[in-house]
Amino acid sequence: MAYFLQQLINGVTLGATYGLIAIGYTMVYGIIGMINFAHGDIYMIGAFISLVGFMLLATFGITSVPLAFFLVLVFAMFFTGVYGWTVERVAYRPLRHAPRLAPLISAIGVSIVLQNFVQLSQGARVKPLQPMIRGAYEVYNDGSFQVTISYLQIMIIVLTLALMLAFTLMIRFTSLGRAQRAAAQDMTMAALLGVNVDRTISATFVIGAMLAAVAGLMVTLYYGVIDFYIGFIVGIKAFTAAVLGGIGSLPGAMLGGMLIGLIEAFWSGYFSIEYKDVAAFSILVFVLIFRPTGLLGRPEIEKV
Amino acid sequence: MIASPARLDMPAALRDAGLAALVAAFLAFPLLGFQLDASARGLALNVRLVWVLYAAAAVFAGRLFFTLALHSFGPAVSAAFVRQNFSSRFTPQSTRYVAGIVMIGFALALPFAGFADRNLIDKATLILIYVMLGWGLNIVVGLAGLLDLGYVAFYAVGAYSYALLSSYFGLSFWICLPLAGLFAAAFGIALGFPVLRLRGDYLAIVTLGFGEIVREIIINWQEVTGGPNGLSGIARPSFFGLEMLPVARDGGVTFADFFNIAYSPDQRIIFLYYLILALALFTNFFTLRMRRLPIGRAWEALREDEIACRSLGLNPTMIKLSAFAIGASFAGFAGSFFAARQNFISPESFTFIESAIILAIVVLGGMGSQIGIVLAAVLLVGLPEWFRDMAEFRMVAFGAAMVLIMVWRPQGLLAHRDPTIRLGDPGKVPT
Repeated sequence: MAYFLQQLINGVTLGATYGLIAIGYTMVYGIIGMINFAHGDIYMIGAFISLVGFMLLATFGITSVPLAFFLVLVFAMFFTGVYGWTVERVAYRPLRHAPRLAPLISAIGVSIVLQNFVQLSQGARVKPLQPMIRGAYEVYNDGSFQVTISYLQIMIIVLTLALMLAFTLMIRFTSLGRAQRAAAQDMTMAALLGVNVDRTISATFVIGAMLAAVAGLMVTLYYGVIDFYIGFIVGIKAFTAAVLGGIGSLPGAMLGGMLIGLIEAFWSGYFSIEYKDVAAFSILVFVLIFRPTGLLGRPEIEKV
Repeated sequence: MIASPARLDMPAALRDAGLAALVAAFLAFPLLGFQLDASARGLALNVRLVWVLYAAAAVFAGRLFFTLALHSFGPAVSAAFVRQNFSSRFTPQSTRYVAGIVMIGFALALPFAGFADRNLIDKATLILIYVMLGWGLNIVVGLAGLLDLGYVAFYAVGAYSYALLSSYFGLSFWICLPLAGLFAAAFGIALGFPVLRLRGDYLAIVTLGFGEIVREIIINWQEVTGGPNGLSGIARPSFFGLEMLPVARDGGVTFADFFNIAYSPDQRIIFLYYLILALALFTNFFTLRMRRLPIGRAWEALREDEIACRSLGLNPTMIKLSAFAIGASFAGFAGSFFAARQNFISPESFTFIESAIILAIVVLGGMGSQIGIVLAAVLLVGLPEWFRDMAEFRMVAFGAAMVLIMVWRPQGLLAHRDPTIRLGDPGKVPT
């Protein structure tokens, strides 16, 4: 029981970060119907920028952890957002009306560029970070096994929930959110009704990149090591999460992220750590066979 | 595209270049301006802000040059572009035929050309592997319209089937080659049955996941596959039982002895080159013939309109499955050739990036175009091989080239989407 609880806590933490990245996939897919393959690498860029931010603050002598965390959050979100904007502008916007596969290939190209750019500019070695936020609550103790939730885990979960709430409110109540929903329904009609579709899509990419940057920051703190290759597998898992939840659906992305995180945590806790990625993908295959539109996705009407 | 007669608006061009430079500076600031330096003592930060300036200056110059070039040559280029576009769309069958024969002739003569050395033939062999993989994947993506992001899994299955069969059971390459194709096809069917009902993008992600699963199993199943260390000492293929070795193994006869010529390692290289050329041409020939069979036509019809196909009584699952299995078996052949050529295989060779490269070859070539795939393979695999010295910049340039070619020609280098067979004249509605 205690062990189960501990895996649950770890899984929810992991799932929170997947959920944040999955939002980026699902939003882009909802609006322009493409798999933004480079999104995982945007998350990696976010992680690197966060680490640079922490090192910069250390050189300026800012040691207060909450202040440093807040400043790095803003720093990483801003610069990663610029990356998201540029990628859309350079690689996807010219292909908006191209055949369906063209943007996907372009996205794979962007992913290769980003990975190798970071490898070139930052070196291939893994980058370690000293743990900054220490300490943990003891949740439960049955004498032999101690269940803890670290302050960092609490922070990750709370921050994720706050961002998701803010994000849902933004989609529902702001004019940008309305424009996004309109563009997702029918891009041409939205444009005819005065929605600036290009700007809406740019904003979508920037927001997706910012959320990915938050995920990158939190993973940097949580695991303490990053390298230029982390984006690939996390990106695939986050996309899996988006598909699992029903692509195009925001609550679906969050749910899918949580599920993937939990599956991974329980699988590595109870079975074997080697095959944890296999577990995530197998579950995906089964879900798609029995519920091809994902858990919360609406069935697609076939039209001639 | 309309050629604009307007004069160049220099301030606007400068402003545009300045904005691009500003964005570049923002991009470069965190990742080029600072370098995280990991060493045994921990993490340090190197500051090199001057690089931000370089990046901004480079982008400014590049953007300005691009605007100016587009202004002065734009109309001419786009006119040529339109012409070329038209000509490629209406290339008569005979021209394609001649082009194909010239290319095959060139490929056959290559090892004996004066400028061909070992290195070149080796690279040509590598390109041909990708041509073959591209042609194989073309059946799945180009003809049947199924997006497969895990094609490399079948390549891996082929490579490991040969490596394992040959090292555990001592089977020869020529027995293993069809077996490897069969195994890969079996994997294709096993994957295809559950997932082929899915729509395009879901299918893409499931195949991608499948590719990763196969790779993870290879890495973790150490007792059989050797795990991350791979398998080495894989037997080389023989020429009708004649071995390409300096000294015959017990009971064998070497190629050099049989023909009474001096042994040279070049013989093996040239032999491998012709072997893959034959395999690739077989793939091509097979595809071209398949396209004329009912099943091949069904692939193309399914690509164009699945609902119409179903209402005409075609069974989409069986048709997709056949495309999947046949495409997979060609990857299996290519995989066993790869294992035989390298003598050593490891999971490193079967990462997602390989799938991406093969898919890029198919899409860049213009989906469905057999010659386009050859061009794309030479461009994407051959060119980077020549720049191996600059290994690190190579991949950045490779990715950038993928983006640029897609932006420049979204339909691929040689777009070819005409149905192989049609009723009546193109463009005319049959009455």
